[in-house]
Amino acid sequence: MKVTLKVWRQKDRNSPGELKSYQSPELSPNMSFLEMLDVVNEHLANQGEDPIAFDHDCREGICGTCSLVIDGKPHGPHKGIATCQTYMRSFKDGDEIVVEPFRAKPFPLIKDLVVDRKAFDRIQHAGGFISVRTGAAPDANAIPVPKENADLAMDAAQCIGCGACVAACKNASAMLFVSAKVSHLGLMPQGQPERYRRVKAMVNQMDAEGFGSCTVTGSCEAVCPKEISIDFIARMNRDYLVAILKGDPKAVRGGGAG
Amino acid sequence: MNLLLQIWRSSLGKKYIMALSGAGLFLFVIGHLVGNLQFFLEPAAINRYGHFLKSTPEVLWPARLGLLALIGLHIVSALRLTAENKAARPEQYQAKVAPKDASLASRTMAMSGAIIASFIVYHLLHFTVQTPQVNFTGTDFDQLYEPNSGGADIYAMIVCGFSVWYVSLFYLISIGLLCTHLGHGVAAMFQSLGLRNHTWAPRIATGARVAAILIFLGYASIPVSVLLGRGKEYAKRIQSGVSPDKAGSAIKAAKGVEK
Repeated sequence: MKVTLKVWRQKDRNSPGELKSYQSPELSPNMSFLEMLDVVNEHLANQGEDPIAFDHDCREGICGTCSLVIDGKPHGPHKGIATCQTYMRSFKDGDEIVVEPFRAKPFPLIKDLVVDRKAFDRIQHAGGFISVRTGAAPDANAIPVPKENADLAMDAAQCIGCGACVAACKNASAMLFVSAKVSHLGLMPQGQPERYRRVKAMVNQMDAEGFGSCTVTGSCEAVCPKEISIDFIARMNRDYLVAILKGDPKAVRGGGAG
Repeated sequence: MNLLLQIWRSSLGKKYIMALSGAGLFLFVIGHLVGNLQFFLEPAAINRYGHFLKSTPEVLWPARLGLLALIGLHIVSALRLTAENKAARPEQYQAKVAPKDASLASRTMAMSGAIIASFIVYHLLHFTVQTPQVNFTGTDFDQLYEPNSGGADIYAMIVCGFSVWYVSLFYLISIGLLCTHLGHGVAAMFQSLGLRNHTWAPRIATGARVAAILIFLGYASIPVSVLLGRGKEYAKRIQSGVSPDKAGSAIKAAKGVEK
């Protein structure tokens, strides 16, 4: 099979970009979308043209590195999978496929289809962690965790931080990502000590990065390769509201015993 | 004060303001509808209700100002959020496809909101301020008196106002938009306040839609019944009590004030 690609080409952040058409060489329908780009790039390189820059790493749907908005939908036509697991058999011979980068102000473009998603790392650094004491390993299952909480926490922890939620949202909101990170720690006993500090810090960092806010359209959960539910956004909203109602902790005065 | 500023600056804080002011306005919309449905009783009922509302300015004005404050908060935070959302995506996608799984209502909240806001301005001028120039009937609603009590005749005013087909049409369109706005907005309100999970989500979504449709049917029933002839005779009788000179001079006087 052969397809026509309309790919966003942009040399760097400060150069203007445009959609450019490329005719693919003969493809196997069992190639992944990224393998198809590899073949097209080899072809371009042989012709002395600059290959198309795109993000990829594990190619088995768990690292969250691949991106791409394919025909207007992040990660391509299917539900619950990333671009790396989208195969050419999902397209027809002779199809025209529009490939664009994730678009959001907090995801500045680096080159062609590659955007800088470090904003997500900064949100994680702001509060996406728990405190663990060093020392001997604690007994397994020493802390009881309700099964339903463990399941929900696992659902949230599936988030691979790819940024498709931001790319799909009409407001470029990162709330699905942030809520998944807030929830997966907030649901576990080990995440309780920092629970309210965490949600405040992460939401404030999300705002500082310049992401939009949630209009509850549901586009994010529809495109999420890990099918994270917007129920987690409600959970984050609830935790943030409680954090605001609790207020900042009382100032600690110095002195006293010890 | 610092905390309030923090709430205003945060995206979630503004969503809380949207949700809470929206909840207040939603309750008003229900109360207003229940009051207005007295139109389907005898004329004296809604006239008595109108008199009751206006008889205590000490209660009426705080309520009006409170509603105005809710509308103000709702609009100001909506404008601010919309501006932030626009800024978050400076460059648009080239492939034009509808956002995945997003309902039309959820994508057009700002537009339905703006049209509803302009309707509220008209509605207030029409029936509350009773500006004769905007009712397109040639009658000054201020001059419609109930024959028995001599008080303002709300019933005749409603019949008179809605007998103009294009006024009724604008009313119906606005109520329709209110219905789509609430169908999404009421459910989103629970989401924004965090009062939603997988158990309640389907019930909230259905409840919001049912409430929105009931509100639409309730409000739409009034102009539709007027256009179908309800209260025509009664309104004519009350209108004939208004001397044409008096109405004409009232309009002229109002126009004079405008100049």
